[in-house]
Amino acid sequence: MSVNWRNISLFAALFVALGMVWTFQSPTLALTIVNMGLISAIMALGVNMQWGYAGIFNVGIMGFTAVGGLAAVLISMPPVGAAWSAGAFGAILGLMIGAATIFAAVLVTRRMVPGWPRMLTLIAVLGVGWTLNRAVFVPAINAIEAVNPASEGYLGGLGLPVLLAWPVGALLAAGAAWMVGKIALGLRSDYLAIATLGISEILISVLRNETWLARGVKNVTGIPRPLPGPAEVRQQDWLPGLADTLGWSVNQTAQVVVQLGYATLFLIVLGLLIWLAEKALNSPWGRMMRAIRDNETAARAMGKDVTKRHLGIFVLGSATCGLAGAMMVTLDGQLVPTAYEPLRFTFLIWVMVIVGGSGNNWGSVLGGILIWFLWVQVEPAGRWLIDVATIWLGEDSALRAHLLGNAAHMRLLTMGLAMLLVLRFSPRGLIPER
Amino acid sequence: MDPINAFVLLANFVLVPALAYGSQLALGALGVTLVYGILRFSNFAHGDFMAFGTMVVILTTWVLQAAGIGLGVLPTALLALPVGIVALALYALAAEKLVFGFYRRQRVKPVVLVMASIGVMFVTNGIVRLIIGPGDQRFEDGGRFIFSVREFREWSGLAEGLALRTAQGITIVVALVVMVALFWFLNRTRTGKSMRAFSDNEDLALLSGINPDRVVRVTWILAAALAVVAGTLYGLDKGFRPFTYFQLLLPIFAAAIVGGLGNPMGAIAGGYLVAFSEMTITYAWRRFLGHLLPEGWTPEGLAQILSVDYKFAVSFAILVLVLIFRPTGLFRGKAV
Amino acid sequence: MSGPVLIGDAMTGGYGAADILHDCTIAVEKGQIAVIVGPNGAGKSTAMKAVFGMLNIREGQVRLNGRDITKLTPQARVAQGMAFVPQTSNIFPSLTVEENLEMGAFLRRDDFRTTMEQVFDLFPILRDKRRQAAGELSGGQRQQVAVGRALMTQPSVLMLDEPTAGVSPIVMDELFDRIIEVARTGISILMVEQNARQALEIADKGYVLVQGRNRFTDTGQALLADPEVRRSFLGG
Repeated sequence: MSVNWRNISLFAALFVALGMVWTFQSPTLALTIVNMGLISAIMALGVNMQWGYAGIFNVGIMGFTAVGGLAAVLISMPPVGAAWSAGAFGAILGLMIGAATIFAAVLVTRRMVPGWPRMLTLIAVLGVGWTLNRAVFVPAINAIEAVNPASEGYLGGLGLPVLLAWPVGALLAAGAAWMVGKIALGLRSDYLAIATLGISEILISVLRNETWLARGVKNVTGIPRPLPGPAEVRQQDWLPGLADTLGWSVNQTAQVVVQLGYATLFLIVLGLLIWLAEKALNSPWGRMMRAIRDNETAARAMGKDVTKRHLGIFVLGSATCGLAGAMMVTLDGQLVPTAYEPLRFTFLIWVMVIVGGSGNNWGSVLGGILIWFLWVQVEPAGRWLIDVATIWLGEDSALRAHLLGNAAHMRLLTMGLAMLLVLRFSPRGLIPER
Repeated sequence: MDPINAFVLLANFVLVPALAYGSQLALGALGVTLVYGILRFSNFAHGDFMAFGTMVVILTTWVLQAAGIGLGVLPTALLALPVGIVALALYALAAEKLVFGFYRRQRVKPVVLVMASIGVMFVTNGIVRLIIGPGDQRFEDGGRFIFSVREFREWSGLAEGLALRTAQGITIVVALVVMVALFWFLNRTRTGKSMRAFSDNEDLALLSGINPDRVVRVTWILAAALAVVAGTLYGLDKGFRPFTYFQLLLPIFAAAIVGGLGNPMGAIAGGYLVAFSEMTITYAWRRFLGHLLPEGWTPEGLAQILSVDYKFAVSFAILVLVLIFRPTGLFRGKAV
Repeated sequence: MSGPVLIGDAMTGGYGAADILHDCTIAVEKGQIAVIVGPNGAGKSTAMKAVFGMLNIREGQVRLNGRDITKLTPQARVAQGMAFVPQTSNIFPSLTVEENLEMGAFLRRDDFRTTMEQVFDLFPILRDKRRQAAGELSGGQRQQVAVGRALMTQPSVLMLDEPTAGVSPIVMDELFDRIIEVARTGISILMVEQNARQALEIADKGYVLVQGRNRFTDTGQALLADPEVRRSFLGG
């Protein structure tokens, strides 16, 4: 493989831009961008697997990342003993009744001939299941939510190391993706898009409203960290010396050290994923996926089970998004269900994939970090732009103040423009598919 | 047993709100389905188009209110509606000229147009938030009720009350007028028929001398008009907030797909189906059952199937059921 | 006026780099029926599409009533008096029969009701089904709608791409009868046909194409009588 100077210079330019942030703004801001950029890159990688390799149009990314984030809570938070004894049995039994009901409903649909008897049986099964579920489930979750509601009021987690949550988050997202894929894959792309949009909204509703699960809108904070925090780093003997050498405050030095720690962790995961993705893409399997993407009919005619292959890659890509979701919650140290907004967690990732170059893993990485960089930096730039553009209105103009107040939304505009411009003038993205 | 009170209760909390909400969804879904049928892609920017048009209506309403111009008991927004329609139509035509037209002439795969619509969605969303901000706006004025719960009780002497808010009444009437006008246009006018012909068979339409650019322009104007009407009615009924309008995309698409994408009749049926399901499934039936069941049989819980927070789940569930049992939608849409 | 109404003269061209047509000439006189026949892949449909402007020809000319129309788009040719009935997707399925005919007359600004009556006289079944969606009709009826739609522009030339593909033999005979009737009203007809024998029976002029070249050109009856044509293309 020849050295691709164009791609290297693109990454170098991004690196220089980050260096400028480091120098002129602050090292912590630069590293904040890098860390979230790396996570975004992983999400973009997941979407690229679905879209770039297989042409699957998934707009439910937000849901899969949120499920991954939930895993961080369920794995790492200490269990709430009182809540477990108060209602865990009922809650789990209720969930099992729910699952059994759905299973029975599916069986009825599959096994019985279409017609009124089937419809009535289906309604009866769902009605009985729902009534039983309510009878068991509602008192149980009420009991759980009554346990110390100000700081707990949920079942808590398993108290395991938080890094374990990353693969588990991927697994949870994979499970959700499998269910969606079973229903909607193989149908037209529009249907899949709406179905994934729907499932992601539902997953977020669950996260917001099922207080017993992860405290809902009350948020879970203080999720255990995989690395020592700034406070612990400050205690180290070598730190004051390092701070002196760099000419920074002890606080900032500690912060940067911690952030670099996370960046290293994320880089390892990203590197591993890229390595796997590149291997997969260049394997017979990857060639088959692209063959299916480029001509589904021909692939079908050659005896490929297209729907099954699509399901596989849909699950894989969603799992990658779930992994990134778990990593993000780990980085933030908290799960905030109200922060999940489709523009930010679904459509922004799409901008990353399109701008970076669909079908190319390195493109996704570049797009992920670059777009995240812009997302963060456009806000001050937008404020400055509006400030300059409206100076003629005078210092105390109400319109000027109003526009400045809304300047943060310039970022949406910019992202849209970036996407439209790339789609129009460089539809294969910054780093096109080979 | 008290079926009359039970019915009035149901009408007040489910039937009337669902009729209004269903009308709003139906108008939104009509816009989506028209664009799908003729321009052949799912326009993800439709929710934000609604927000854009409604924003213009709100701003115009404020200007009119400041100038002391109003419609008495009717909301001033009705007067501002044409301004919003013109603004959004121009905006949509600009989007067509700058973005969508390019891809259509290339005859790209529909999914590329969907991507472009996501870009337009971002831009529109940004513009709306930049101009009017992300917060709630209320612009309802005029009389609040056609009749209130108290008036209804005094008039009927029943225990339960029924209110009809002006916004709900206007929604139902306006939606009806707009739908009739749309169907008249599509089925009776030369342009309308040529649009249906174009939707049916693009190549043959070209052979028949139908001007594609004109069809596309008229489609965008119609979609814009429907979006502004839907958005304004929704805003009068429930208040305006850009993010809410973005989220309307899900029930609107569900309605359009359930009815069969590209089929206007289906879009209307789908809108009402989604609205009524959402309302009945998230309604607490306790009091209703209390009226119907014998003394002492009233259920202890709320008798609510799903909490209101899960209203998205309803659109989704209907969508999934339709996808499984009747993939082309209830009214046979286009399968492209 | 002398000479053919429509002629594709010495056409050479194809879709991509490779030519499909080689010095191929197709013409039709006023009120006559010209039929293009030949084995699969002979370029029959391509020749017709070339005449209608749906593919570019590198050499040669297309003339309508003596005017060079080689550079015109298909739509412009419709306005000049040519009508084309594609082999498939030749109706608007969700529009009613009447609306289909109306769309055929889309370019006309005058009153087209008499033309519609003429079409209904030609295809009486369509009058009964005028309010029915065209997509609900049988295969033969759909072809009638398709031909009727094309006639609504009052063309001087009607071009049909395999009008009898996929219809039963009885329907095919009836369709051919109707096509003869159309020709009697003075409209020239150019059609591509898979059912070579039946088509040549009604043809005033027949073109046998092989690999994009004119192989035999004669009256329909003469071609039917030609032993070589019979042996090679009509199955004995």
